[in-house]
Amino acid sequence: MAELIIEGIILGILTGGIYALMSSGLTLVFGVMEIINVGQGALIVLGAYLSYVLQQYLHLDLFLGLLITMPIMFGVGLLISFVFRPIKRDRIMLSVLVTFGIALIIEGILDLIFSADTVGLQAWYVNDSVRLAGFSQPFYLGYNYVFCFLLAVVLLAALYVLVYRTRFGQSLRASMENRTAAELIGIDVERVSAITLGIGVALAAAGGMAFGATTPFNANSSYDLISRLLAIIVFGGMGSLSGALIASVSMLVIENITALIWNANWATTVFFVLLVLILVLRPQGLLGQAEGRKQ
Amino acid sequence: MRMFKASGLLALLAFAIAFPLLFPNGEITAIAFFTLLFAAMVTGWNILTGYTGYISLGHAAYFGLGAYALALICQHWNVQPGYEVFLLVPVAGLVAAVIAIPVGWVALRVRRHTFIVITIAMFFIAQLLSYNLIGITNGSTGLDLPFPLAWGGAFFNLPFYYAVLILLLFAIAVSWWVRHSKYGLGLLAIRDDEDRAQGLGVHTEISKVSAFVLSALIVGMAGAIWAYFIGAVYPASAFDPLFDIALALMGFLGGMGTIAGPILGALLLEPLHQYLASNFADWYLVIYGGLLLAVLLLLPRGILPTLQERWAKYRASREQTRETDAASITPLPEQEESAVKTEGINL
Repeated sequence: MAELIIEGIILGILTGGIYALMSSGLTLVFGVMEIINVGQGALIVLGAYLSYVLQQYLHLDLFLGLLITMPIMFGVGLLISFVFRPIKRDRIMLSVLVTFGIALIIEGILDLIFSADTVGLQAWYVNDSVRLAGFSQPFYLGYNYVFCFLLAVVLLAALYVLVYRTRFGQSLRASMENRTAAELIGIDVERVSAITLGIGVALAAAGGMAFGATTPFNANSSYDLISRLLAIIVFGGMGSLSGALIASVSMLVIENITALIWNANWATTVFFVLLVLILVLRPQGLLGQAEGRKQ
Repeated sequence: MRMFKASGLLALLAFAIAFPLLFPNGEITAIAFFTLLFAAMVTGWNILTGYTGYISLGHAAYFGLGAYALALICQHWNVQPGYEVFLLVPVAGLVAAVIAIPVGWVALRVRRHTFIVITIAMFFIAQLLSYNLIGITNGSTGLDLPFPLAWGGAFFNLPFYYAVLILLLFAIAVSWWVRHSKYGLGLLAIRDDEDRAQGLGVHTEISKVSAFVLSALIVGMAGAIWAYFIGAVYPASAFDPLFDIALALMGFLGGMGTIAGPILGALLLEPLHQYLASNFADWYLVIYGGLLLAVLLLLPRGILPTLQERWAKYRASREQTRETDAASITPLPEQEESAVKTEGINL
């Protein structure tokens, strides 16, 4: 029992890192642009398929392929930001529907090209695993989980440096805190928003690769993904990067422990029950800010 | 004017009643059934989302709950197929509404935009539960409902059509009552400024939760009728994320917060949806997504509010020309002010 819990914690931290990578883009974009990008799930799957194509037809290593897919997806993010330029009223509400429309288009196109068969990304580290010492029952850990976790750590560290240690990061945080005031002191908020969305979608490309390397997927996987990611960012507090990190890791740890000691079918339900609990106790999420007077 | 309006509505009602007799083709009555089903659901959805401004993208959960409730009731009481099953539809709707009470209480504690996300998450919880509570829902095998074999052929769709027409009339009546009552005024006040509404003595929490429950009741009854029509419920078909988006799209297209707008949206979109789904199965998602984008970007306020705005402008400009002789300055049309207000600075 104790060993199962430790296994659950190890797996949970590794997969939690991958989810942190996927949800960081979502929460960052919400913080800066005040849009809820429900298309993030479809964009992640799109990123996974891009990696799949590069690996199948160009035989490029998955991690090297990111050097191509991330810039492409950055461009996709910039394109999407143009759609949002004219929307000034009811931004949050419209953003959900607009990004859902984008998600449907992506899903429809992916379905047409790749059919509904599930595929998995292939590489030596996807099929190989290491046996961890010290467990009485053999416990194998796939290299893909370890490598993808390292990728998540590197990218999230880079994101941290970008947001907290650069001039662009200052503008980004200023736009997040107060859009109007940021505009008044000369920050080009539209430009910051576009780049932020680009970064968010580029992170979705990396997250998609990590997701595809650890889970078989098809175009339909986006629904499952987005529901989990939305639960994570609400749990962590919408717009809070560190909240998303803590929420990803803690929720995935709990989910993995439930799966190992109880039943895999119920693991996701536990995940959502936690969400409901936190909402009853703390409606703004772990690190979210309470609602101010809206005017 | 009022006489004119009333007779127009009566003519519409007469047309709706006569429709399946005028077009007895089974395919057409099926499309008409789905169209009215969506019109009823979006009217119910509008009671929450249109009036209070809290956007729910999870009402497909109550649709599924209503569907499963009817299937379970029929199974446990061993109900025989026939017209009696329709009498159980309100019971199924009540089940959905009762479940909506605690859910709404939890979900409505949060900010508006978090509420959207919560409703999506709760929808997925409901779907997961229907997969996993195998003892009750039979998992992915689904549940069968009694099948009215006696209504064979072209007649089959008619009882369902009239049942859903009654549901639509009920939904419109509720929506009309809410819109014209003090309670509804409170809901609209919540939409415009929740804190101020509370300060003025509106019981915001009870109002919001009751609007949530009312809309869940109507959507749940629609789900029950749908389940009886289809004859079986499965987790994937009863809890369908595209349903949520369809409701929102119809509400947006027609104009939220009005009574006729959502119905208009359903009348326009559902036949198109059925047509696309049966004729362009491959491109269906892409076309639907593109359409969603086009509607939102070109008509973000919906058809009816845009038309009303045009009409008000036109009348104002006519009055202005009439009054130029008196050299009076006519104030600008009202809607400019409200546009500025909602766009105001968020400090």
